[in-house]
Formats: sequence, C-alpha cells, structure tokens
Amino acid sequence: MQETAENIIIVKDLVKKFGSFVANDHLTFEVKKGEIFGFLGANGAGKTTAIKILCGLSYPTSGELSVAGFDIYTRREKVKQNIGYMSQKFSLYDDLTVYENIRFYGGIYGLPKKVIDSRANDLMQRLGFESSRNKLIRDIPLGWKQKLAFSVAILHNPKIVFLDEPTGGVDPITRRQFWDMIYEASHDGITVFVTTHYMDEAEYCDRVSIMVEGRIAALDTPDHLKKQFDAPSMNEVFIKLARA
Amino acid sequence: MLETSVHVEHLTKRFGETLALDNISFEVGKGELFGFIGPDGAGKTTLFRILTTLLLADSGTCTVVNFDVVREYRKIRNISGYMPGKFSLYQDLTVEENLSFFATIFGTTIHENYDMVKDIYQQIEPFKNRKAGKLSGGMKQKLALSCAMIHKPEVLFLDEPTTGVDAVSRLEFWEMLKRLKAAGITILVSTPYMEEASLCDRVALMQAGRIMTISTPQEVIRNYPLSLLSVKSGDIYHLLAELRKYPGVHSVYAFGQSAHVAFRDRNIEKETLAGFLIKNNHKSVGISPVEATIEDCFMELMTTPALNGE
Repeated sequence: MQETAENIIIVKDLVKKFGSFVANDHLTFEVKKGEIFGFLGANGAGKTTAIKILCGLSYPTSGELSVAGFDIYTRREKVKQNIGYMSQKFSLYDDLTVYENIRFYGGIYGLPKKVIDSRANDLMQRLGFESSRNKLIRDIPLGWKQKLAFSVAILHNPKIVFLDEPTGGVDPITRRQFWDMIYEASHDGITVFVTTHYMDEAEYCDRVSIMVEGRIAALDTPDHLKKQFDAPSMNEVFIKLARA
Repeated sequence: MLETSVHVEHLTKRFGETLALDNISFEVGKGELFGFIGPDGAGKTTLFRILTTLLLADSGTCTVVNFDVVREYRKIRNISGYMPGKFSLYQDLTVEENLSFFATIFGTTIHENYDMVKDIYQQIEPFKNRKAGKLSGGMKQKLALSCAMIHKPEVLFLDEPTTGVDAVSRLEFWEMLKRLKAAGITILVSTPYMEEASLCDRVALMQAGRIMTISTPQEVIRNYPLSLLSVKSGDIYHLLAELRKYPGVHSVYAFGQSAHVAFRDRNIEKETLAGFLIKNNHKSVGISPVEATIEDCFMELMTTPALNGE
C-alpha cells in the first residue's frame, strides 16, 4: 500500500490575484493517489479559480504546483492528458448520440479507434445503455447523462478526475448510484477531486478541505472535522466555518 | 381549513411524448409556506410556469387567489411574484436599475414599497451600483427575490431559489422566507434539496410529473412504512455491498458515513446483524435505530409502484 501515500497533487503557497482581488490566498495542500478529496467552500470562496489552475486552464500568480506528477507552469499539456474533468453545466453534446460523444472524447484524448470501440461497448454494457447507443443525448434522462458524463471523463484512464458539482438536480437514488461509481473509480486507483453543495456528500470523502474567502480554513477527514468543530454533521461544520 | 390561495385540480401537461405533469391536484392555504420537493424532471418548473400564467396546461383547472389562470391571467400577474429558476434579471443593469425597472413595470417605485423589500434589499444595497452580472450567487438570489416582491404580491412563486447556492446562503434564504411568511404572504417554493422540506408547513414530494405524497413534513416521516437502522463500519464501500446481501433487507442507502438499512420486519435483531458484519471482516461496527429523514421517505416512495386512480 506504499502507492497510496504518493501525493498526486501538490500545492504550495498558491496565490491568484485578479487586479487587487485575491481569489486564492496562499493555498497549501496535498492530495494522495486514489483519495476522494472533497473541495468545499461558499459561493465566491475561490474554488473554481483553484480548479481552473489545477486543470491547467489558468496560470497562478505565484506558488508551486504539481498535478499528476507534472509541473503546472512548464508541462500543462501533460497535466491535461492525465486528468479528466466533469461539471454539471457542461459535459456532453446534446445533439450527438451516446456513442458519438464517447467517440468524440476518446478521439480528443488520442485513443485509437479500436480502443475507443472496446471501451464504449464495455461502458454501455456496464451502465445498461446498450439500447440507447444511438439516442441523442438530449433525449436521455438527466441521471443517465450524469453517469455517462462521468464514464466519459475517465475513458482515457486519467490519474485524477475533477468533478465540479457533479450531482446537482438528480434524484436521491441516482445521486447514490453516482457515488457508487466514484467509489469504484477510487478503488481502481483514480484520484477523485470533487466539489459539492450537498453536505452529506462531503461525508463520503476521505478528506475534505473547506475554503473561506480565498483561504483553506480547514482540512481533515470528515470525522476529525466534526470532532474539531464539535458538530454532529459536515453541514454544521461548514456553517460554523463559513459564518465565522 | 384556511382560506385557499392556490387551487389546482387534475392538471396535466405534455411536451411531445413527455408527460411533464400527470393529473396533479392540490391546494395551498393563504399564508402557507408550501414546498415542492423533487429532482430535475419532476415537473416543478412546468407547474410554476402554468401557475404564473406563462404556459397553458393541456387540461385541468388552476386558480390563484380565486382568479383563473387562463381567463384572468392579467389579475394573477398583478398579485403574484415569480422568481424563475434561471437567473433572469438584466446582467448589464445595476442592482438598483433592475429593482427600479421591476417597480416601474408594476406602476410603483422603490421608494413607495421600500418597506416590503427592506429586509432583503438592505443586504445588497451597498452594491447597488454594481452590475447584476457581477454579483455572487447569494447576492443574485437576494436581488431576484427583491425584484419579485417590489410590487407587494400576495403570492410568491420561487422556483429552486437555493439550487447551486452554498449551505450558508441557503440557510439565510430560508430565514428570509420565514419572515415573509410571518408578514402573511403565501409562498410556493420548489427545491431539489430534500432536507429543506422540514422548513415548510406542508410539502408535495414530486417525481416524474406526479405528486407522490402531500403532507406536513412530520406526517411524511410518521408514514414511513419500514423499520430503519443506521449502520456504521470503517469501510462504507464494502459495508453497502454486504448489507444488500443480508436476509430480509428491503433497501440500503448511504447517508454520509453510515448506511440506512430498511426492513419490513419490525423485530430485526441488531446483535445478529452485527455478528454477520463482524464475520465479514468489518471493524468498529455500530448499529442503532434511526428516524427516517425526508430523503428516506422520498426514496421509498420513488420505488413504490404508484397507485392508479385516486
């Protein structure tokens, strides 16, 4: 189990400024390989800014960052090849079919057609989507879309998958099935970096960080956080921190 | 019964092959805080658009404060406030310009009705010259609510006002709703967050165009038909899988770091279950009876076949 101790994300003194506004104020943290890491914070606390930087979409103002073993300043393209990303707002093309979406993303990540086809078949079988292979995305239920979007985000076997509010709006049973998929990916060694506004989901994470006004105000396992803040649930931990 | 504020009977609406609302009936009393709880696709937005006279139903009748949504739609528009699920204010107008615009449309001014919105508007007034597009999620929500209320409506329709908003802003929003309710305004609010049900006087749990149940949140929980245990161990992933194999189990759902396990049988031996888990290598096993949450009730209703004909 030596591998699990490996840090797949290392962030040291990350600062990001927009003009005089400090969106990320000296963030320092590490994420271990295979970990489910919850990245929480109030609206406007600076989560999206940090995620964009970790995904290689925006440069930090200062700080040292390594993602999936690659330096974020000099090896951004390597970072992008080794991560997956899924958000509630944008993930699949509505006017492409289920199969076309899989092929499109597989192509973007440079997978050979043979590999794409075998993974597509495997994926549709696992999700029970075989009969919907040629349906347009806009015609399948939201819960299916989200499961498919997650599967597509890890189609190229990335080292890390970033999930930005992946479960918004879905029913409580689908939401739990979605978390079963997250656990499975984590068991397969994929590191999961997830944001959510559902505080019960924070409790499914191995460790949770909570951002307040650009800083990390707390970072620990859900159990330790509840003890530290003398709160029965992560919801109350969050409220105590964000209101302080 | 209270005076009726909103009355809906046998309401049905289709979009092509999709049955968005399937024969829905309910009543909301004057001054009530009534919640529609359900995921995307439940029909909440369609229902609100029909009640705010923006969409016509296929069949059924609806009245808002005794006005018919089809024949008397203009009257309804004057007495109701609507906050759509999607932020619909003018992003390139300032906070104050947006509020002033809505006041003017309804033939009033911010000054005249300031009392009505004061409580909420004061929180964003320091930013009144900022463009609406530049506000944070929580502030946009407060501005949208102020705009929905500037004409002193009798009934408020709030479509998912707390979706995508952080837990603290959500809490503050519900505190505002409580104060509005105290001022006598009837409030219909929809939300996908199950735990917000407990903040309503009564709720309708909705799924796929149907109302599965209507009641007070306390009553919904009392009607939960199963016996429920909360089970913990070090390894939730394997715990869920193992529990699903246990004889007599009806359902197993993750709730934070524990699992809620439902049985039809009221006399489940905790010790036997604990023994089973320990035998399967689970450590630090904890089992205790637990009261159902609205989410437990919702999931149970979702998987119960609907009764045909009411």
